[in-house]
Amino acid sequence: MERNPMRRQLAIMRQSLFDQGHVDEQFVQLEELQDDANPNFVEEVVTLYYRDSARIILNIEQALERKPFDFRKLDAYMHQFKGSSSSIGAKKVKAESTLFREYCKSGNGEGCMRSFQQLKKEYATLRKKLGAYFQLARQAGPVETASRPK
Amino acid sequence: MRVERVISDENDSFPVGMRVLAVDDDPTCLLLLETLLTKCKYNVTTTSQAITALKMLRENKNKFDLVISDVHMPDMDGFKLLELVGLEMDLPVIMLSANGDTKLVMKGITHGACDYLLKPVRIEELQNIWQHVIRRKKFDRKDQDGSGSQDKPYIDSSEAAGLGNVDQNGKFNKKRKDQNEDEDEERDENGHDNEDLSTQKKPRVVWSVELHRKFVAAVNQLGVEKAVPKKILELMNVENLTRENVASHLQKFRLYLKRISCVANQQANMAAALGSVDSTHLRMGTMNGLGNFHTLAGPDQIHNAAFRSFQHSGVLRRLNTPAGVGISGLPSSGLVQLSPVQNLGNTSTYQRKLQSFVIPGNHNANILQGMPMSLEFDQLQNNRAASHVGQFPSVDNTTVLPVSSISGSLIDAGCSNSPLLGVTSNSLLLEGSSQLPTLHASNLRDSVSGFPNRSTLSDFTSIAPASNQLHGSKADIQDQAFPISCNAGKIISSAPQDWNAPKKDAPYQSNVPSCSINSLRAVNGDMAQLGQCLDQNNPIFNRNVGFDFVDPLSIKCSEGENLAMEPSVIEKEGYLMVQPSRQGIYIPDNEGENFAMEPSVIEKEGYLIVQPRRQGSYIPGNLGSLEDLASAMTKQDHDKGKPTDGDFGYNDYSLRTCI
Repeated sequence: MERNPMRRQLAIMRQSLFDQGHVDEQFVQLEELQDDANPNFVEEVVTLYYRDSARIILNIEQALERKPFDFRKLDAYMHQFKGSSSSIGAKKVKAESTLFREYCKSGNGEGCMRSFQQLKKEYATLRKKLGAYFQLARQAGPVETASRPK
Repeated sequence: MRVERVISDENDSFPVGMRVLAVDDDPTCLLLLETLLTKCKYNVTTTSQAITALKMLRENKNKFDLVISDVHMPDMDGFKLLELVGLEMDLPVIMLSANGDTKLVMKGITHGACDYLLKPVRIEELQNIWQHVIRRKKFDRKDQDGSGSQDKPYIDSSEAAGLGNVDQNGKFNKKRKDQNEDEDEERDENGHDNEDLSTQKKPRVVWSVELHRKFVAAVNQLGVEKAVPKKILELMNVENLTRENVASHLQKFRLYLKRISCVANQQANMAAALGSVDSTHLRMGTMNGLGNFHTLAGPDQIHNAAFRSFQHSGVLRRLNTPAGVGISGLPSSGLVQLSPVQNLGNTSTYQRKLQSFVIPGNHNANILQGMPMSLEFDQLQNNRAASHVGQFPSVDNTTVLPVSSISGSLIDAGCSNSPLLGVTSNSLLLEGSSQLPTLHASNLRDSVSGFPNRSTLSDFTSIAPASNQLHGSKADIQDQAFPISCNAGKIISSAPQDWNAPKKDAPYQSNVPSCSINSLRAVNGDMAQLGQCLDQNNPIFNRNVGFDFVDPLSIKCSEGENLAMEPSVIEKEGYLMVQPSRQGIYIPDNEGENFAMEPSVIEKEGYLIVQPRRQGSYIPGNLGSLEDLASAMTKQDHDKGKPTDGDFGYNDYSLRTCI
């Protein structure tokens, strides 16, 4: 049935997310929390994450426009961002945030800027991948409802 | 069916249905947490605001079994919330953070957290959190059992009541009761059960402001070091209070003091100039801890340790601690404002207390007067001191109000700023402090407002942080103080801390005192102590007052910025500690000399280091009054405002807050 191929594809996609280091163990935790009562949990959380973190990203961007850099503030924002990112298991994004914070702590403005650019890239990449993943997941449909092909 | 299930599961089903309140400003984490907790079969309530959480908790003390809170939150520091909850509701609180720094974890511990989890949280970790609830209940129970009779009826009734749904009468022992309640909860009975139990004999003793005040008074009388539950119990002479209750409360109180002292130390360092703080500390001396302060005061700052102990008792008082406290903007300083100034209403009673308090010693008024209290206050300082008690020179708010009357007077005095900011309301002793610029009394108030008007808070809150300076800080302090305010109210009296607040900066001055107060409140349990302290402040306050109650807190302030420096520290410590964030405010006890810094330097530290958390909600500023006073005082004396202690001032600040 179609579902199978779709599901297979979904599984491959999922695996690559892990293999490429975009997500980590925490993502699995999210998946485990998804059940009948909460069928779209993972997607919900990720959506919420992107919505909320966009705000933080904006704040950081604005803060980076003000010179001299207020490292404390930047660090605080990033701390927040890191917290949410780690909650959804965004591995690369989280790693980049850690790096950013290191730069903040050492007062390295250049490093901060660079790291932030990199972080935004990772963040966008992850978003795209997860978006595609969820879309496919929705199409593939919940396992239980697998029935006649569309 | 439910009942049956309950009965049979009674033993097994807990922690099913355990009521958890989750607080985190990050929506992603909050959603995740909620889902995880639900998966563990707990009954979850979430909120992204600490203030809302507090409100919910206060509405019905028995509505929740456990609180999980993030550390970094915009409206209130997680630690402050932690303190408040611990003090007021005596619920187990688990901290949550993405940052697992040892220092932070330590902080969590000192503030009374029963656990510290790292984000991202895993379900396995959450599956075991119910142990904290049981442990606590057990402990409470034990205390209760100690009292014997109290428990018995309770048990029976509770069981019946609790079980209400369950039908488990008699079956459940208290512990079960809780569990049952939990279960009931699921059934929506919880609240009900809890209520019943409450009426019967709550397993948990609620440390009201009054009670805490008595406690603090007793502790002060005995001396912090020497205070033993048995004697305290005797002195307190309260019915239905068991030795165990007192023991656990004392433990919390000591922790609080310690915390404050640490903060105070920091502040002290900052305040260095506060010098005077020492003397003020002495005042607090009664608190034993405070007394130590003297010793502490001398040296740099309130040594945390010393102060801490004092602080507890004194801390509340200290709240005002001056300078630090007053520090405008007291950073978080604990200046707990004893009850937001707003609460003034409450404070009235408190104030009375304070007044009496204050006056005793030479009152504080003297002190205050003498004290350069809050530099900011300038005006205050001079005069008033004792008489002020109510007077809180509205100096900016932060008047460090001579602790004694501060709160009361503050309010009465109409200190506009409520010298203790919060304190005033609380009785933050802004007394006489010649108007120590109670920390933003207004700030405090505002901050305080954050706090439910627990009377205590109001008491504290105002520690009117050095008005001027403290304003800023005060606000924080107030918040902070607020927590303490509960108790702080009383503390505020001690707030004379502000005196210390070096005038110079007095910014924080009063804050400190207030801070403590807040913390007091916050810490609920502990706060009670603090609050008591505050009340005690009278005695302590007096003590301080006499001495320049420069309130460590205020003293700190003197450093003007010293306090400020610690804002972070104070902030953290904020709670209770009236952080003389403003360092300057710390009117170093007038340089010590004035205040006779009582040995209880504690005052400095001791005060409830009402951390004038900025939080605004707390009126950490309260310290203002003390702080103000302190700062004013210090100002006079010190130009620097650096309390003699300098550090101490700062530290004192924290201590002072305790007033």
